[in-house]
Amino acid sequence: MDINIKVGGEAGFGIMASGLLLIRTFSRGGLRAITTNDYPSLIRGGHNVILVRVADHEIFATDNHVDLLIALNRETVDLHKDEVSKGAAILFDGESFQVQPGDFTKPVNLFPVPLMKLAKEHGGDVLMRNTVALGATLALVDFDIKYLESVVKDQFGRKGDEVVQKNNQLAQSGFDYIKKNFPQGFNKKFTVSAAQTKKQMVLTCSEALGLGAIAAGMKFFAAYPMTPINGLLYYLAGVAEKTGFVYKQPEDEIAAINMAIGASFAGVRSMVATSGGGFSLMVEGTSLAGMLEQPVVIIFGQRPGPATGLPTWTTQSDLHFVLNAGQGEFPRLVLAPGDVEEAFDLTAEAFNLAEKYQTPTFVLVDKYLCESYFSVDLATLAEKKVSIERGKLVSEAEQIKEVEFPRYQLTDDGISPRPIPGRKGGVFRANSDEHDKWGYSIEDGPLTKKMIEKRMKKMAMVEQEVPAPTLFGVKDAQHTLVGWGSTKGPVLEVMRQLTEQGQGELVNYLHLNWINPFPSIHVRELLSDAKHIIDIEGNHNSQMIDWIQVKTGIKITDRINKYDGRPFFPSEIIEAIKKYS
Amino acid sequence: MSTIADFKTAFMPNWCPGCGDFGIWGALKNALLEKGWGPADFCTVYGIGCHGHMVNFLKSYAIETLHGRPIAVAQGIRLANHKLPVIIVAGDGDTFGEGTNHLVHIARRNVQATMIVHDNQVYGLTTGQTAPTAQKGFKTKSTPAGVLEEAINPVAIALAAGATFVARGFAGDIPGLAKLIVQGFNHPGFAFIDVLQPCVTFNHVNTYQWYREHIYPLDSSHDVTSRAKAFEKALEWGPKVPTGVFYKIEKPTYEAQTPQLNEVPLVEQDLPPKNLQTLMEKFV
Ligand SMILES: Cc1ncc(C[n+]2csc(CCOP(=O)(O)OP(=O)(O)O)c2C)c(N)n1
Ligand code: SF4
Ligand SMILES: [Mg+2]
Repeated sequence: MDINIKVGGEAGFGIMASGLLLIRTFSRGGLRAITTNDYPSLIRGGHNVILVRVADHEIFATDNHVDLLIALNRETVDLHKDEVSKGAAILFDGESFQVQPGDFTKPVNLFPVPLMKLAKEHGGDVLMRNTVALGATLALVDFDIKYLESVVKDQFGRKGDEVVQKNNQLAQSGFDYIKKNFPQGFNKKFTVSAAQTKKQMVLTCSEALGLGAIAAGMKFFAAYPMTPINGLLYYLAGVAEKTGFVYKQPEDEIAAINMAIGASFAGVRSMVATSGGGFSLMVEGTSLAGMLEQPVVIIFGQRPGPATGLPTWTTQSDLHFVLNAGQGEFPRLVLAPGDVEEAFDLTAEAFNLAEKYQTPTFVLVDKYLCESYFSVDLATLAEKKVSIERGKLVSEAEQIKEVEFPRYQLTDDGISPRPIPGRKGGVFRANSDEHDKWGYSIEDGPLTKKMIEKRMKKMAMVEQEVPAPTLFGVKDAQHTLVGWGSTKGPVLEVMRQLTEQGQGELVNYLHLNWINPFPSIHVRELLSDAKHIIDIEGNHNSQMIDWIQVKTGIKITDRINKYDGRPFFPSEIIEAIKKYS
Repeated sequence: MSTIADFKTAFMPNWCPGCGDFGIWGALKNALLEKGWGPADFCTVYGIGCHGHMVNFLKSYAIETLHGRPIAVAQGIRLANHKLPVIIVAGDGDTFGEGTNHLVHIARRNVQATMIVHDNQVYGLTTGQTAPTAQKGFKTKSTPAGVLEEAINPVAIALAAGATFVARGFAGDIPGLAKLIVQGFNHPGFAFIDVLQPCVTFNHVNTYQWYREHIYPLDSSHDVTSRAKAFEKALEWGPKVPTGVFYKIEKPTYEAQTPQLNEVPLVEQDLPPKNLQTLMEKFV
């Protein structure tokens, strides 16, 4: 059983907050939930929507149909009436605006609740009518209100008992109103079984990226605000002091990456985060990190471009940009997590790769991952053992044996032992000009060639540690979907639904999350065995098709693309696959 | 005790004979000796230009960054290791062309560093185009009809941005410049030193001779704690040009205001932190 709940209303009226309370409530009660949001790049006056999909089984994505519409204004009905499914419940304030069954293309059940009136009766304001609506929603699906109460307590506790109590009264008033006036409720209901009450976290991939960085021992983080990495920024800024790292908001992204390089040079694990526009300003710094052989982790949250594009929407259109960013030839490592767990794991991994290979390392995500909330078992992250591998960072004892330390020593694997400044000997320099092993500037041809070879050797080394990608589903499916990053959730959801319908043989999914280095051998093998390959990407040009061809020689021709700023929805993927069947 | 020889590298400077960079290089070494620092006691952060070549002629912990970016890199170093003194060696192109934004912000943050700007009014390394500090009317290959803009005033900008130590030196006065640099080292905060540096190859107006005729030292009657007085002096450019310390006050540094940095530098702290589980529980 699963329900898609959509909450819609004017921007600035707590729509996002309501969605968050809902996902927390359901998760605390043992259900699985995912929320995605749509909002314009405005603070007030636009239309905000949050979609909460909740289920008593594993789910991987939200979908674009609505089973329960919470319309906080009439516009929500007008804009989303075609999305509601047959028999959907429409919850709205019947005293503020009119809604008729005829407004919808399919038969629906209307649940008018005097939200404003109930809010006022209990001393609340217009924002608090959302809380009334949440209580009413829980009554409709027969979900125990105590979970909402406990979430409210955690959320508002620091504002005092009075605020907590008031919110709970408001929720209760909505709950009671439904129970009294619509005792039959909605035809979809949840029960919470004891078996489902494992502790669950509710978090975005931004927060998972942040936790991954903290687990990896990040000590310096610089980021200039930009959607969609603000969630990561707020999270890390909020925990910096108590955790013991520095977050610095710099004057621009140029400063961000150069500060991070400085911090890395001084010996700490450092990270930046930005989106395409900000990364455009970091391109030269990326190349600097490549030349200085300075580890730095770059979180890249994609949003549609060119230029300012659609600031608050999603895309996967910067793959080629990242793979080629920065003048000159040097290893650019790129990982692309597809969900919360991967966001955590691959961020921690990025720090290890960056330090082991002394080169800039990207974690490529997007607005969908950064701003959607997912429920995940606490144990999934809490029981992880993150290994910290600092590569050839030398100890103080080793370093001070030398008066002058050969920072760019030529070695078999291209990786030089890395000293840090501030120790009592073994001075060295990092140099953005081409340099000799001591870091002194050079211009001679043969040594230049050696130095370029040294840096590129590291690429050959890191290629040896690429794990095999995961092929989800049955081995010899009729179609093999190939995707990367955030496509994972919607495609796994498609497969779950197909399996449920007894069509599990139709599709399997090759998920790519190590982009560079690339698992060339495995991918060539897996794709050679595939019956029919379809590339699926949230961009116009199917950028991964080019990369797969470069890396394996295999040219994929069939493709599914989406580039309207919205994430993939499972139903549209199924439709697209069926065109090939 | 360190000696001049400790800073020697295998390379001799490749600056044009007579270049003011020699004077700055000499003054910096004298200042280091006076301060008692050896090559492992500080880190030099260079920009790109003739000045930046010093990375090859002064042995120390060092990083040569990109054109315009030494200030940003220096701040990252300071935040990672606030026990490590940082010296920024930059050009006027670095500081007022490509990287002005960074100067303004390091000044208002008061991150501790000593910044030495090689102010030669030209882009030396790229063969003599105009720099933002060039005087109006100055003719170069990139401004054959003369510069149309007003010159940037480094001292006034540093003051306006909130630098807590602002000085101007002259590359032709090595002992005087060394003294200023030592004061910069001793200043607990951001110390900005604009150094008038003759470029003998591309600047035939602001020569050693010209400076000797125009500069005069600020004397003890100048109140270095008055920002207004400092501005007044900063605006003098002809007939006479003041040198010395314009402004010096003490304010908490960025580092001192960052609680995470108070005890041990970040680079010496354990990783990962102990509160990871607690942080995760917060999401339940
Ligand atoms: C991003 C970038 N733009 C341009 C250059 C070319 N460039 C190198 S040095 C320089 C100017 C140097 O002038 P300045 O900073 O005054 O140093 P000087 O040579 O005068 O000491 C320029 C434009 C560069 N290296 N990087
Ligand atoms: S070009 Fe000018 S600044 Fe550069 S070395 Fe020659 S004299 Fe010095
Ligand atoms: Mg210059």
